[in-house]
Amino acid sequence: MSVLSVRGLHKSFGGVEAVAGVDFDVAAGEMLALIGPNGAGKTTCFNMLMGQLRPDAGTVSLDGADITGLPPRAIWRRGVGRTFQITATFASMTVAENVQTALMSYRGDLGRFFARAATLHADDAVALLDQVGMADQRDRACGVLAYGDLKRVELAVALANAPRLLLMDEPTAGMAPKERVALMELTGRLARARNIAVLFTEHDMDVVFGQADRVIVLNRGKLIAQGTPAEVRAHKAVRDVYLGGGTMSGGH
Amino acid sequence: MSALAVQFLNGLASASALFLVACGLSIIFGVSRIVNFAHGSFYMLGAYLAWTFTRGLGWVGYGPLGFWGGILAAALIVGLIGVLIELVLLRRIYQAPELFQLLATFGVVLVVQDVTMAIWGAQDLLGPRAPGLRGAIDVMGQRFPQYDALLILIGPVVLGLLWLLFNRTRWGTLVRAATADREMVAALGVDQRKLFTSVFFLGTFLAALGGGLQLPREPVQLHMDMAIIADAFVVVVVGGMGSVGGAYLAALLIAQLQAFMLLVPDFEIAGLTISIAKMTLIPSFLVMAVVLIARPYGLLGKAPSHARTQASVEPVVRVTPPLLAKFGFATVAALILLPLIADEYGLMVATEILIFVLMAASLHFMMGPGGMASFGHAAYFGLGAYGAALAAKHFDAPMEAGLVAGPVLATLGGILFGWFCVRLSGVYLAMLTLAFAQIVWSIAFQWVAVTGGDNGVLGVWPSIGKTGFFYLSLALAVVGVLLLRRAIYSPFGYALRGARDSALRADAIGIDVKRVQWTAFAIAASFAGLAGALFAYFKGSVFPTYAAIPKSVDALMMVLLGGVQTISGPLVGAAVYMGLHEQLVRATELWRLVLGIAIIALVLAFPQGIAGFAAKRWAKEDGA
Ligand SMILES: Nc1ncnc2c1ncn2[C@@H]1O[C@H](COP(=O)(O)OP(=O)(O)OP(=O)(O)O)[C@@H](O)[C@H]1O
Ligand SMILES: [Mg+2]
Repeated sequence: MSVLSVRGLHKSFGGVEAVAGVDFDVAAGEMLALIGPNGAGKTTCFNMLMGQLRPDAGTVSLDGADITGLPPRAIWRRGVGRTFQITATFASMTVAENVQTALMSYRGDLGRFFARAATLHADDAVALLDQVGMADQRDRACGVLAYGDLKRVELAVALANAPRLLLMDEPTAGMAPKERVALMELTGRLARARNIAVLFTEHDMDVVFGQADRVIVLNRGKLIAQGTPAEVRAHKAVRDVYLGGGTMSGGH
Repeated sequence: MSALAVQFLNGLASASALFLVACGLSIIFGVSRIVNFAHGSFYMLGAYLAWTFTRGLGWVGYGPLGFWGGILAAALIVGLIGVLIELVLLRRIYQAPELFQLLATFGVVLVVQDVTMAIWGAQDLLGPRAPGLRGAIDVMGQRFPQYDALLILIGPVVLGLLWLLFNRTRWGTLVRAATADREMVAALGVDQRKLFTSVFFLGTFLAALGGGLQLPREPVQLHMDMAIIADAFVVVVVGGMGSVGGAYLAALLIAQLQAFMLLVPDFEIAGLTISIAKMTLIPSFLVMAVVLIARPYGLLGKAPSHARTQASVEPVVRVTPPLLAKFGFATVAALILLPLIADEYGLMVATEILIFVLMAASLHFMMGPGGMASFGHAAYFGLGAYGAALAAKHFDAPMEAGLVAGPVLATLGGILFGWFCVRLSGVYLAMLTLAFAQIVWSIAFQWVAVTGGDNGVLGVWPSIGKTGFFYLSLALAVVGVLLLRRAIYSPFGYALRGARDSALRADAIGIDVKRVQWTAFAIAASFAGLAGALFAYFKGSVFPTYAAIPKSVDALMMVLLGGVQTISGPLVGAAVYMGLHEQLVRATELWRLVLGIAIIALVLAFPQGIAGFAAKRWAKEDGA
């Protein structure tokens, strides 16, 4: 059974249909890339999957259970981790503390008023940071990190609740091309080793076609193609959108 | 039936007055994002000046021209005073954190209070009746003053004129654009300085006009500023900040409710007489509560497009430097020895400072790590004081019980008010805390049967001597500060800071942001309540002023003066500010004037607070 399944998802802002009826599934251990030109509705989709936005219509199910309209924190409790297109980290904390806070939340510590948080789960946090190559920067403030490094911290944070599903909105933006491939290779290894379903958006087509198991293409709120990277690359409608839109590679 | 009709008309007349003041505040906020505490002062100045022009000088006589011309001239002059203040003060601090702007305008409040007192004296002044409108009209057999009937018209007329101004002139279009998106207007190359100055003139003019028009209805007096500002804040919050139409709607709603409340007869619960009619702020509370549950940004307000409040990145909270910890120990040790060397007066000053250190630490807890600025922290201080005093007065509770009852009452208040406040953020939240504080103040002031009203509760004496009480305060302050500090470094403290830094991220890792903030709010309230209870026994009496705006500002001053970014800052701030305050009050009659100027100067000199300034210097030296 698929970990995530999405049916008939709709969202309008004012008169504009940002997402106009989207269906797809992600299986455990699968890397699914959601691509599409700027403004296609990718981030809006992500926001509805994790509860930051409430869909106008449609359902989102996780492991067969309906999670539509639940708040993000409840969806997180069910094993969903997420990174944001515009990174969201705690700027007044160090890199390690960001991950520790996620671990404290996962292990039910956040209601404690007298424990010393600075040392709580510090080793586990460093272990997670090590996986994303940030262990040596553990004591730096998140507020001063380079953008690419913030993306890595977000990934470590998103892994803290041992998620079943990872949602990554442009996880490699702000990184050098080589780093991008390396990070997504790492993500792919983690996904397969731990049976995590991964849904990610990406503007860098080298990353998409190299790392995704499957690709779905969104344009103006509608899915216009899906299949293996090779199938999608050859798809007529996709070529039209991208060659017309001019955002096939590079991204931001 | 006819009584209802008259109350309805009364409500309309009051709504007009309230609207004039509130819409000026709202317009100024909309464009400059400054919460102008001094708005009530301009209202008061407008009334005093109008009194001088229409009656005080004596030479104008009572003709219609003298009366209306006097009110208008007063409003224009006050408008120019507003421009002057904008040019010399506000213009320098538009980039400063909004709380510092608020403090600066509160400095203006203090200065205006003393200047007004010096010019017009402390006694109430009776204004003239409006020429030609001294009679009454007949409303279903009841008399209704002609002047009030005119006021009813003035509200909608001003609303209409403002609508024309904002929708039919280029200037108005710019103002609306700046209200919606300031950065955009700046990017388009509009001269913001002129826009801000002219908006400030308009807002100030309207406030002063509102003050002048009150002349025939009520005496001019020195407390008008604080009385109107709380109402105006409520109207602006309920209407939606920056929305003129919303301000009128809200003023109408609240004034009508207040008018009809007067008809509710007194009743008794458990032997206590409850007089709804006297609690004029209760309707504001009800309206605000209902509106904010349904529409958190007010009737016609919009959610702020970008959360401007946390634009600055907060520094990382590190472990206390060893030197600072040693200094803390040394201070406590010195305080333990203090009774050996200090005289009674010195001990009293030290006790008071300790109480306010606790108060400042509690406010810092919600403001710093919590990111929730409170303009109304005195509410919980006051609740704590009244909790202790009422337990002593009505139940003969001993001091130990009073010191529990106070914080308990304050915590309950924090739980109730906090539930509403955490639904908002930034300056909206802060305005709401202020409104709640005014409600506590008004209950203390108006529920005479229980609280003694203005006369307060007397005879709340501690069961131990002055030295004993000093040690008690020292112990509670130290324990309180350490507990709060511990909480900041605890997992809960991390959740709280996380919620402040990025609510989006916090929610996405399972943190219930509102719940965490609500808890922090209640904790801050309980420690403020403890400080209040101590203060009650320290003074031996409790008055409504303990919950009044100036007390809230005192607490804010301590935290901001010390620097909200550091944990030790507020402690330093409390000591410095209380010391300064104490010396000033002893040294001069005009202490408000001096304090106001000092506040303004401090804001201009240290927009980061003293400890923030020191920490920066420290870091610089480290780096070198
Ligand atoms: N909160 C919002 N209010 C109004 N419109 C919105 C909002 N969020 C997104 N939109 C609009 O919805 C459409 C889809 O936006 P979305 O951010 O989902 O696109 P995207 O595919 O993530 O684009 P990008 O590749 O640039 O990140 C856009 O037209 C955008 O302007
Ligand atoms: Mg996007």
